[in-house]
Amino acid sequence: MSAPEALVRPGPVPLYDSAASRSRALEEARALWAYRGLVHELVVRDIKVRYKRSVLGIAWTMLAPLLNMIALTLVFSTILKQQITNYPVFFMTGAIFWAFFSQTTSTAASQTQDSNEIAKRIYIPRAVFVASAVGVGLVNLVLSIVPLLIILIVTRFPIYSTWAFLPVAVVIEALFAAGVGLWLFTFASRFSDVREMYVVIVQTWFFLTPIVYHPAIVPPKFRFALWLNPLYYLVQTFRKPVYDGVFPSAALVGVSVAISLVVFVTGWIYFANRAERFAFHG
Amino acid sequence: MTAAAILFDKVSVRYRIPRERIGSLKEYAIRRLKRRLHFDEFEALRDVSLEVPGGETVGVIGRNGAGKSTLLRLIARVMPPTAGRVVVWGRTAPLLELGLGFHGELTGRENIMLQGALLGFSRAEMRRRTPRIVEWAELEEFIDAPVRTYSTGMAARLAFSVATDVEPDILLVDEALAVGDERFQLKCHRRMEEFRQAGKTVFLVSHALAAVRENCRRTIWIHEGRLVRDGDSNSVTDLYHRWSIGDPIALPQALRT
Repeated sequence: MSAPEALVRPGPVPLYDSAASRSRALEEARALWAYRGLVHELVVRDIKVRYKRSVLGIAWTMLAPLLNMIALTLVFSTILKQQITNYPVFFMTGAIFWAFFSQTTSTAASQTQDSNEIAKRIYIPRAVFVASAVGVGLVNLVLSIVPLLIILIVTRFPIYSTWAFLPVAVVIEALFAAGVGLWLFTFASRFSDVREMYVVIVQTWFFLTPIVYHPAIVPPKFRFALWLNPLYYLVQTFRKPVYDGVFPSAALVGVSVAISLVVFVTGWIYFANRAERFAFHG
Repeated sequence: MTAAAILFDKVSVRYRIPRERIGSLKEYAIRRLKRRLHFDEFEALRDVSLEVPGGETVGVIGRNGAGKSTLLRLIARVMPPTAGRVVVWGRTAPLLELGLGFHGELTGRENIMLQGALLGFSRAEMRRRTPRIVEWAELEEFIDAPVRTYSTGMAARLAFSVATDVEPDILLVDEALAVGDERFQLKCHRRMEEFRQAGKTVFLVSHALAAVRENCRRTIWIHEGRLVRDGDSNSVTDLYHRWSIGDPIALPQALRT
């Protein structure tokens, strides 16, 4: 039987036309916006599932950095005799910064396989998986402000008015983490060992970034390693308003924003242009 | 005159399969340097042209690996064609391997919200639809229990209920009706009939030829990526059945079309 003749087109624009030329980056952005409800749903699911069966529940998110902080304070201030005033606060701000970055990017890298199971069968803009990784990270970040406040109060550390800058610092960091997440997600969808490799990279990166130590202790001949590290600028931007009680300088903020934007925009374009191919790598 | 829902114009899908399974970046880099990357091309679909008007229920039959699922994936825009053109007018909802995207720890109600979001619906919209979905699935008593406590049949009812309640223009059903008791199958059948009457398009992939005949007027047979038969369900399924049981005349005849 031959195909029915002269079918009427219901509308001038079909919902999907594989031959239509288009900007993939723009299209992915539009699709992500349309599926924002799914991002919300995935974030809620992640948090619900994680806490449904655990005794300590949400408290764990707050307890973990607190225990970490106690251990590291012991190591770095007692054993290494590092001279940093109020080390617990110094460390906690760095730890919160780091936890957000490492969790978000690692999740983005490891979500490729899960997401494939769903996205192989139903159209979903894959960017929702990276967006939901960022969302979960942000929820955890907000929760971990509680133990930080506890430490501030216990150690009688002032809560500066410069805290007002913190949301801006978080946005800059989120942009960077999303950018790195997009790159990782794209790589990981092609190669299965990216996830394992990234675990090692994150560990190394942690020690190259002044989270547990003060950047001032880095000998001058190794300073370049700090300057080459994007997270150095970002952690400074994040820490200054809380720990030093000053706004980060315009130059510092400028560098942080520039780095984050470049990583995010390139990541987005690369991701969007590869997105159609994801289904072929199962 | 009827409005087109789906148009396939000389569509081919080629998968590039590395001859040695290279899953890791390390291996890939090494082989690339040694220039030892070999690919086999696998054509899941070859030169398929197809036009389906709205309001038609189309059965898709063929052996495992013939390209039936690839066809549905193209319609669901999960993957692009390697060659040719796919045009889809309307929103698609897939009802593929049941309960996909269901999360065992979450309750039925929470899963409805999640499924709805996967199909691109807002929370408010899904909250409005939830009572009707639950009612159709007959799960009133269990809807706030985790889905891991559900039987296969219960999960199937919930999945079918969500996928059809969201009123897609094109419903893709892949082997989803095999589970479930007779009552459920009958309900599904009735619902698909409603769909057809509302001018919506249904694709039904199944190995159950009886179900195909019952639900679809038109059936296409895909063999090794080619569309070998497209026509009235009774004659196509009959031919397919004869070929399946080894009737020597059936296949060449089918391939000639």
